[in-house]
Amino acid sequence: MSGTTATAPLNPARTLATAARVLRQLAHDPRTVGLLLLVPVLLITLLRYVFDGSPRTFDSIGASLLGIFPLITMFLVTSIATLRERTSGTLERLLAMPLGKGDLIAGYALAFGAVAVLQSLLATGLSVWALGLDVMGSPWLLLLVAVLDALLGTALGLFVSAFAASEFQAVQFMPAVIFPQLLLCGLFIPRDQMAPLLEAISDVLPMSYAVDGMNEVLQHTDITGDFVRDILIVAGCALLVLALGAATLRRRTA
Amino acid sequence: MMNSSGVAVEARGLTVQRGSRTVLRGLDFTVEPGRITGLLGPSGCGKSTLMRAVVGTQAKVTGTLQVLGSPAGHPSLRPRVGYVTQAPSVYTDLTVRQNLDYFAAVLRPGRAHRDTRRDAVTRALTEVDLTSHEDALAGNLSGGQRTRVSLAVALLGTPDLLVLDEPTVGLDPVLRRDLWQLFHTLAAERSTTLLISSHVMDEAERCHRLLLMREGEILADDTPDALRTAAGTDTVEEAFLHLVDAAATRKENAR
Ligand SMILES: Nc1ncnc2c1ncn2[C@@H]1O[C@H](COP(=O)(O)OP(=O)(O)OP(=O)(O)O)[C@@H](O)[C@H]1O
Ligand SMILES: [Mg+2]
Repeated sequence: MSGTTATAPLNPARTLATAARVLRQLAHDPRTVGLLLLVPVLLITLLRYVFDGSPRTFDSIGASLLGIFPLITMFLVTSIATLRERTSGTLERLLAMPLGKGDLIAGYALAFGAVAVLQSLLATGLSVWALGLDVMGSPWLLLLVAVLDALLGTALGLFVSAFAASEFQAVQFMPAVIFPQLLLCGLFIPRDQMAPLLEAISDVLPMSYAVDGMNEVLQHTDITGDFVRDILIVAGCALLVLALGAATLRRRTA
Repeated sequence: MMNSSGVAVEARGLTVQRGSRTVLRGLDFTVEPGRITGLLGPSGCGKSTLMRAVVGTQAKVTGTLQVLGSPAGHPSLRPRVGYVTQAPSVYTDLTVRQNLDYFAAVLRPGRAHRDTRRDAVTRALTEVDLTSHEDALAGNLSGGQRTRVSLAVALLGTPDLLVLDEPTVGLDPVLRRDLWQLFHTLAAERSTTLLISSHVMDEAERCHRLLLMREGEILADDTPDALRTAAGTDTVEEAFLHLVDAAATRKENAR
């Protein structure tokens, strides 16, 4: 009696209905929306003036941060949102209804992906056109990487929320899952200058490729092979973790 | 619609383990189609667990449990079984109508069904008497109102089997009477099978059949009339107490 067999992996109409529902929930919470959209903008502005004397540093750290913001915010928002879905009983109800696990996961990814597009448009637009962030490549590529990062954040958030029994635990997963990646992603020192062991670890962490991808856009006018590899890795990781997240959803619980 | 033996739910040796406890111990019972079956028993006796097993959300279920002719939890049952959890399970940060719109879209997705969905939502809102609150946030409703939103969700899809876990707790007598009238209408006109738990014994009199439970076991499975007659009492409550005492005595003697 496992009851895990789904009829089809995805039902577009149910996925869209789920995404619309998640966005409607956000719409009733304007403060969260405001924080999601404005905090990155304010932080990147702050960064610009912290590095007022060294625009080169602002370029490289700024570009990396444009990839890291969406990852962190979407991670937090998603892990809390799905935890609430579990504890409020709505998840149990939905899984007793004809909703595929894929529909639920894809619905969340779609909704938070849309928020990430908006968030990244604001932060990237402001950095490039108002704060003088100097990118060689197209700013649209920055946006593409940022959205993939957001998807990765959503995926990680969905996944860890399965292991969190309370909001306290969910929030603690942020430093546990995100900070090591932050330290090792090349933001503080280039990855090839790290001790070999640390570099090897950073090679298997997805955020490293998110930051590498941003730096490729920063330094090259056209799309490089490395850039394509980086975004494929980030996208692949996001999909893999989303699939893992779906696997952690249990229709039958103790 | 039903399986060959003509019952809506059939359990044989149904056992459920939760944590280190055996919460249901080898239950045998049936639920008749198109009737209201009350599931009664003291707090903690396993009513919710039994209902979760029937709708297929309970893990560690052993024995056989057939629901509408399929094993409990079978994917084909999901559109046919409506379930109201004991705690209201709705999105508190959505309005009443937005909640129902979403669950309706899960049951009948696609643009083609938009009108059907709207009608179903409006009908469900009327049935639980919440039309005047359809634009209120579910989180801003009173406890009883939220219970009714949760109930309305289960009424959306015209299910063949409705499993309602204490649907009338905290509701006033007028509303309770109206809801029980609705339950009887559903059984009579749509041949819906209803399995309703309660620990309010006066509601037992309104059921066609009763399953009396105690400590993970079924003490009696009969009509309210038959239960009263067998125990020689005036009310189901007295009959239940009589059965509990008899069971306790039997246990003593067996020792
Ligand atoms: N998640 C759980 N893990 C372990 N044991 C549990 C869990 N949930 C419930 N139980 C135990 O299972 C038994 C039956 O619980 P259940 O919720 O089915 O009772 P109930 O008859 O619905 O009670 P009530 O009338 O208070 O709702 C109880 O003894 C309870 O302690
Ligand atoms: Mg209960």
